[in-house]
Amino acid sequence: MSALDEIRIVFFQECEEQLQELETGLTAMAGGETDADTVNAVFRAVHSIKGGAGAFALKQLVGFAHVFETTLDEVRQGRLDPGAEVMDVMLRSADVLNDLVAAGRDGGEVEAERTAPLLAELERLAGKGPGGHGGEDEDAEPFSFDDLDFTPVAFDLGDLGDLDGGGDGPKFRVSFRPRPELYAKANEATVLLRELGTLGPVSTTCNADALPLLDALDPEGAYLAWTIEISGEVTEAQIREIFEFAEWDCDLTIEALGLADLSEIAVPDAGADTGISVADLLARIQGELTGAPAAEGPAEPAPAPAAKAEAKPAAEAAEKPAAGGEKKEEAAPVIRVELPRVDKLIDLVGELVTTQAILSQRLEESGAAATGSDLMNSVEELQRLTRDLQDSVMAVRAQPVKSVFQRMPRIVREVASATGKKVGFQTRGENTEVDKTVVERLAEPLTHMIRNAIDHGLESPEKRLAAGKPEEGTVTLSAAHRSGRIVIEIADDGAGINRSKVREIATNKGLIPADAVLTDEETDQLIMLPGFSTATTVSNISGRGVGMDVVKQSIEALGGRLVITSRPGFGSTFTMNLPLTLAVLDGMVVRVEDDTLVVPLASIVVTFRPQPEDLQMIGAGQAVKVRGSTLPLIDVGLKLGYRDAPADPLTGVAILVEGDNNRRVALLVDDIRGQRQVVIKSLEKNYRPVPGIAAATISGEGRVALIIDVDAMMSDQSFDQFILGNEPIAAE
Amino acid sequence: MTKTILTVDDSRTMRELLRSALVEAGFNILQAEDGVHGLEVLRENALPDVIITDINMPRMNGLEFIEAVRADRGLRAIPIIVLTTESDPAKKDRARNAGATGWIVKPFDPQRLVGAINRVAA
Repeated sequence: MSALDEIRIVFFQECEEQLQELETGLTAMAGGETDADTVNAVFRAVHSIKGGAGAFALKQLVGFAHVFETTLDEVRQGRLDPGAEVMDVMLRSADVLNDLVAAGRDGGEVEAERTAPLLAELERLAGKGPGGHGGEDEDAEPFSFDDLDFTPVAFDLGDLGDLDGGGDGPKFRVSFRPRPELYAKANEATVLLRELGTLGPVSTTCNADALPLLDALDPEGAYLAWTIEISGEVTEAQIREIFEFAEWDCDLTIEALGLADLSEIAVPDAGADTGISVADLLARIQGELTGAPAAEGPAEPAPAPAAKAEAKPAAEAAEKPAAGGEKKEEAAPVIRVELPRVDKLIDLVGELVTTQAILSQRLEESGAAATGSDLMNSVEELQRLTRDLQDSVMAVRAQPVKSVFQRMPRIVREVASATGKKVGFQTRGENTEVDKTVVERLAEPLTHMIRNAIDHGLESPEKRLAAGKPEEGTVTLSAAHRSGRIVIEIADDGAGINRSKVREIATNKGLIPADAVLTDEETDQLIMLPGFSTATTVSNISGRGVGMDVVKQSIEALGGRLVITSRPGFGSTFTMNLPLTLAVLDGMVVRVEDDTLVVPLASIVVTFRPQPEDLQMIGAGQAVKVRGSTLPLIDVGLKLGYRDAPADPLTGVAILVEGDNNRRVALLVDDIRGQRQVVIKSLEKNYRPVPGIAAATISGEGRVALIIDVDAMMSDQSFDQFILGNEPIAAE
Repeated sequence: MTKTILTVDDSRTMRELLRSALVEAGFNILQAEDGVHGLEVLRENALPDVIITDINMPRMNGLEFIEAVRADRGLRAIPIIVLTTESDPAKKDRARNAGATGWIVKPFDPQRLVGAINRVAA
């Protein structure tokens, strides 16, 4: 990877940060926070993106950011009031900027139909006609390190005395008279003369006529002027470039010398000019200013006893920098660490947890450590520390859900404008932390559910008014920690799920039998079945080929569950319940034959010993009555191939588990060993996918223990027989 | 002698681009993230030969930074090149009035930047 490629990665990372800043700032501005800090931060975000984009020749991005920035500057200067209309344009511009960054990263372009109208609006707001702005200074030159075969040429002042005329005779005569301001800005006449010398042979004469007597000399004054004749291959543009920074603070004329003149001026004639040579001048100054180092030139005057130098008290000079002396405050110090390093650490801690568990178990089995003994106390202490260590390491991977929540307002705006609905969007708990991978993989399902909430959930403004609701609908996105998991909810105050319609569609599509008896809750979950879509005509908002079934799958892939609740007339809530980390799992350790298995604790409702009167056969399958419902009883040993015939339910333990859509089954295992937090080892990565098994872990005995995939355990059950049978499952 | 350049820019991208270009051209580099940080770096290190600064930065912007450097006897002689995306002549004048030695508009051409440094560095 070249240096430039690496910087490109940094650039796009930084763009993400800036885009978030922008979104946060614009949202605050739209909410009435239009203080200078907020507006400046917003301006800076766009400005930084533009600055970096130029270096990578992302012309479309630079062009758009430039116009955006110009309009923001109007707000910053107080010339444009950030009212609702202006903020609307700003927010939509931020969305387009997002797209442009993505396009720049992925090597694409954003269609002009998307950028052009906003550019026109931005320009209108900035008080400029369309086309009247943008691009005039954007000669975005591609940055290339190939161009950098440059070695700085070292010159010293000695070269200035070299009056060698060279072969061709002088081509340009440059008259240069610096003003005091030139030196005040740390430009140096001597440096400029030296640089002129790099262009070709020079002949320099200094005009010291203006030099006053010593007592009248202002150490910060400018008294010398130069005439320089340059020969060789040199253009006026090259000379102008050298004086680029000095031009404002000096009198400069550049004269092209005609060919006819060349022979005459080839040898500088000191007598014809009032000038003297630099060497002479230096000698003269040195003679007059005793103790003053003449070689330093006028820009760095020696500390002469001049009135002006003393007029500036040292205290004043010391004052300003002190103002900037406060330490960086605000957020705690941050270091950037590559993710693989953190994961390596998590892996090692996982090994440590496992080893510690093995140690505890061996000690217990050996009988060497009685409960309450010093040895056992130490082991317990070790166990506690290990757990703390594990939690701390996990926390390193944790990130606030903010980064993904912040992407949602733009989705809301897009869908609202496409559907003509009015939507107020609120977020809560955006600082709730969860594993980085979970955060990243939340974006897609959240996007889809929010689209759904507006497109299908909220009514049109007219319908809302007719129903006595405020015209503007509300969608709330919230996150909270609940019993060791994160719960994310998307709630709307729309019409709620139209259950009769959902039922009708599900029946028509053959997803449920026509005579199925369903509770309201069960009906609501139907919309997550593959092949279900409530929209009679697929709208271009929700219908992007992704149904709620795909959303549900992606949540489940993260070890989460998705539940829908709805109240007709009052709205719907989509609740996701996700693990905080993908690295550890709270599990129930169970025994099947001679093997140890783990059932995720989050899926378990209750464990019980089946009684003879609760057992019955339904079709070919065993069922058990628990809490008033009859549920399939699945023999895990049989299902996973540990045995060929079903075990006697009366000798085992049943575990009531709940999977997707609140579906419940009872799992039959031989015995229960207890609860334990286990470190998840991916089977896909270390072995291969195994049906019915979600992952593996290392048991206390140091053996591999498989983690049961609860939903897969249910999967082969026929849907109509158990779930939609004649005995509806009572909701807890 | 190898020249040292202090770059002051809040953009990580820009700091990296500058570092890459300047190191390639044989300069030593000091980096700061804004004006306040820039003054800290100036206090804690041997003085650089040239300062390259951005204008739009949090905490202390480039103009305030230039004014602070020019007001400090120990620092005032250091040439300061402003590197910014703004090419508005009025803003250029404001930077000049604050005491900027030179001005380069982003995106910068590394060769031009090196040329500019050589035109201001003693």
